[in-house]
Amino acid sequence: MTDASAAKDAMAGTGDLVVLKNVNKHFGALHVLQDIDLTITRGEVVVVIGPSGSGKSTLCRTINRLETVDSGDISIDGRPLPQEGKALARLRADVGMVFQSFNLFAHKTVLENVMLGQIKVRKTGKQAAEDKARALLDRVGVGTQADKYPAQLSGGQQQRVAIARALAMDPKVMLFDEPTSALDPEMINEVLEVMQQLARDGMTMIVVTHEMGFARSAANRVVFMADGRIVEEAAPDQFFSNPRSDRAKDFLSKILHH
Amino acid sequence: MPPPRSRRRHTAARPVRHVHHHPEAREIVFDFLQGYDVLGAFWMTVKLTVLSALGSLVLGTLLAAMRVSPIPLMRGFGTAYVNIVRNIPLTIIILFSSLGLADIFGVTMGTSDFDVQGFRLAVLSLVVYHAAFVCEALRSGINTVPVGQAEAARAIGLGFGQTLRLIVLPQAFRAVVVPLANVLIALTKNTTVAAAIGVAEAATLMKTMMENEAQTVLIAAVFAFGFVVLTLPTGLFLGWLGKRLAVKR
Repeated sequence: MTDASAAKDAMAGTGDLVVLKNVNKHFGALHVLQDIDLTITRGEVVVVIGPSGSGKSTLCRTINRLETVDSGDISIDGRPLPQEGKALARLRADVGMVFQSFNLFAHKTVLENVMLGQIKVRKTGKQAAEDKARALLDRVGVGTQADKYPAQLSGGQQQRVAIARALAMDPKVMLFDEPTSALDPEMINEVLEVMQQLARDGMTMIVVTHEMGFARSAANRVVFMADGRIVEEAAPDQFFSNPRSDRAKDFLSKILHH
Repeated sequence: MPPPRSRRRHTAARPVRHVHHHPEAREIVFDFLQGYDVLGAFWMTVKLTVLSALGSLVLGTLLAAMRVSPIPLMRGFGTAYVNIVRNIPLTIIILFSSLGLADIFGVTMGTSDFDVQGFRLAVLSLVVYHAAFVCEALRSGINTVPVGQAEAARAIGLGFGQTLRLIVLPQAFRAVVVPLANVLIALTKNTTVAAAIGVAEAATLMKTMMENEAQTVLIAAVFAFGFVVLTLPTGLFLGWLGKRLAVKR
């Protein structure tokens, strides 16, 4: 264990932050999540990969209950996921989420996007919220765009604003649902760099992605999903160089050699 | 040089033209307006329109919120309201408010003055009726807001009410300024139905004047013109506003 990660563990306290137990979900006849067991510890970066339709996005969205589950238990920081209402809203505020399609509030400026949750959910004062929003926007490199509307920004800039918006809530864990899949190739790196930095800073992250480079360099663990199941879990080096399952070998052979 | 005969005809026509250009001509043509408070009647129309527009905007927004609410009972109520109210003729709603609500159930609308009561009942009826249309216009606007907007709002911890109020409705309203302008124009013209219960608005006065004066077509034209003056600028302004406010995605 490196010094940095040892310090991180000591700082965060030990323990499981996100626990999924025996989670099942159907979309009609399609059994999209089958007996999912997954534990993410504090400070861990878990990358979920797998072919399209394997259930990775659905898995990500069940963690803050944007998708409900049919059976099984999900708990965050020791507390089971509440049903609906205020308790669920409170929990969601602690779980940052970044979407494939950015989903910045289209009628609000970049700055307002990052301030909104602080003011309406955290009840932060306006000035404090603005200061924090500007600091976060600087951190993700879009500080100069604060007064523009989302539609005036490039995809990469929008996604970085979306990350800042999620960070403004001081989340315990960040969910990334294919954050670079809607981006032009030249904009992918600027988003990945922000995510790398977050990982280095010790944020707990669950990242659904097709970016194998990011998985290799930033993940503590790779979770490989296929057909609604977790087929394989391993450290990135081990997974990419020596996958155990045939399904993973097949998948990797298709994406790594061409 | 023109022939003398034609010049004579020209001079003969002159006195007739002179009558047409008489400075008093306008007053002679429109003298049937004298003794009637046309502006006052249109002022009543404006008051009915403005109050009913505000009321139906509020009630319509509440109904739209109900129709997209996660609670089945609320959704059911919203759906039932819209489908019942928008399918009943406004005349019947207004007559019911007067003959039913006021006369049978004794709803006085907080006044004993017959005219004030009629006015308030008319506003109530117009609100109840047009709220159904506002609701549907707004609901179509809500459908233009991508699902991701609401998901992002919920993901940062906003509740259903906050998500609707801060994120979805502001974008929905911007999308439906033009359809709402249609409802407002219809509402302006529908205030004439208040004549059925004797509210002293434009149509009531028009009926009175038509009974007393000979120039019925001119009277109708004056009132038609009055409504166009009210609604045309509204439509143009809101059309422009709709373009200006459109959310860029």
